Amino acid sequence: MPKTHPSLIKFQSSQHRTADAGRWVRLMLDSRLMSILLYVLIMGLIIRVLMTGAQAIGYNWQWYRVSDYILEMTDDGFQVGELLLGLVTTIDLTFRSFALAVAIGLVIALLQLSSLMIGSRIAIGFIEFVRNLPLLVLLYLIYYVVGPIFDLGRFTASVLCLAVYHSVLVAEIFRAAIQAVPLGQWEAARAIGLSTPQCYRYILIPQSVKFILPPLTGEAVHLIKSSAIVSVIAVAELTTMGRNIISDTYMSFEIWFTVAAIYLIFTLILSIFVTFLEKKFEVIN
Amino acid sequence: MIEIRGLGMYFGKFQALSNVSLSVEAGEKVVICGPSGSGKSTLIRCINRLEEHSSGQLFVDGVEIGEETRNIRNVRMEIGMVFQQFNLFPHLTVLDNLTVGPVRVRKMSRRDAERRARKYLQRVHIPEQADKYPSQLSGGQQQRVAIARSLCMEPKIMLFDEPTSALDPEMINEVLDVMVELASTGMTMICVTHEMGFARKVADKMVFMEEGEIIETAPPEEFFNHPRSKRCQMFLDKVLEH
Repeated sequence: MPKTHPSLIKFQSSQHRTADAGRWVRLMLDSRLMSILLYVLIMGLIIRVLMTGAQAIGYNWQWYRVSDYILEMTDDGFQVGELLLGLVTTIDLTFRSFALAVAIGLVIALLQLSSLMIGSRIAIGFIEFVRNLPLLVLLYLIYYVVGPIFDLGRFTASVLCLAVYHSVLVAEIFRAAIQAVPLGQWEAARAIGLSTPQCYRYILIPQSVKFILPPLTGEAVHLIKSSAIVSVIAVAELTTMGRNIISDTYMSFEIWFTVAAIYLIFTLILSIFVTFLEKKFEVIN
Repeated sequence: MIEIRGLGMYFGKFQALSNVSLSVEAGEKVVICGPSGSGKSTLIRCINRLEEHSSGQLFVDGVEIGEETRNIRNVRMEIGMVFQQFNLFPHLTVLDNLTVGPVRVRKMSRRDAERRARKYLQRVHIPEQADKYPSQLSGGQQQRVAIARSLCMEPKIMLFDEPTSALDPEMINEVLDVMVELASTGMTMICVTHEMGFARKVADKMVFMEEGEIIETAPPEEFFNHPRSKRCQMFLDKVLEH
């Protein structure tokens, strides 16, 4: 027997015919087929608008040329295309700066939580300074000001910039997660004689992992996206590659769509991987 | 073993303890009772410095506890504490809850620590729960694990902060039984509790507190039968009514 929606029961008893009609509308709207149809319709409309727009400006679609920039078939077999090379650099950049951001973020969070006045002041100062600068300005500061002083290359400067920018956001995530662990845990750990570092290492941080993972994934995705900004100092990552190709070929529509799709695939894979991690780390309680 | 002289403590402007003096001999069992908000928990939390007192002196085993205490961890190692809300570590198994202290603080080998942990789980009558997580146990079992966790550090003193207040009635006795057994081993114990039956059975000294002060200190016999102060009398009447 099909389940009747609770709100419909009363309705049915009073007014049979209208209730039946209402129920069918509701069922139809709820069905999977209907949502797929709606989705296709909306996507179709969007694509159609784009196409007519492109047609209106007389755009010459050359999708067949795009595949060469991903994987190129030559006489010596497959060659890695420029976009794929760019993706590799983006991944490299992302991983390095994310690792660094997590490390710096953890230190800042611990400083902020420490009972030392100096520690928390330094942390707050750093956070406020970095958080209130535009990412682009921070990049210019590091590349054009700090860079020459310490002889930093483009890539190192980019890693440093992304790491610093995201470390303060990561620090906030860590701080909130550690504070989300009940105070009693801290007291019990101290009462059996654990030192402050041991309390963090064995009791507080393992318990905060479940609070950290979801927002940290968001931060990783955010970092992948903000890595595109280093194209302004010509680090050869995905966005830079895309720009270079376009300046050679004028295929802006095809290349930007492809670049967007590559970013999307990359971030989606990351999200799926973390969903899997979250299940693994789920603490029984 | 514990010597408290004129202890005072403030939470902001609220005076939680005022001029509290108490001494506890080795092997002595002290039960502290009184209405809620009277500073009982605060007092025993000062003993292992989970709270910091603002005036007076406090000695544990000859060491003064205060800002100058060089190594508060060495003192805490000798003081076990059982909390009202158990405060077991939910991400660790029962066995790991028990071994984390001995391994990390006492620097014991894992094997020795596990042997010791199993011994104390036996003592609190739940050896079979070693590999479970705290959330899989009943409240009474959790509190007994918490007692075993403290005992694993082989402390000289045990502090109990209302150990049965968060338990369902049918689980209170299993915890009290363990505490009575512990008392018979000669452990120095300070218990904050409303369980007057338990107090009668084990206490060497009863302490009644109200509004941050110790109103009365007496052996249980005298305390229950002939309380000197009126306020203590009123409190006992309420607690012992049923």
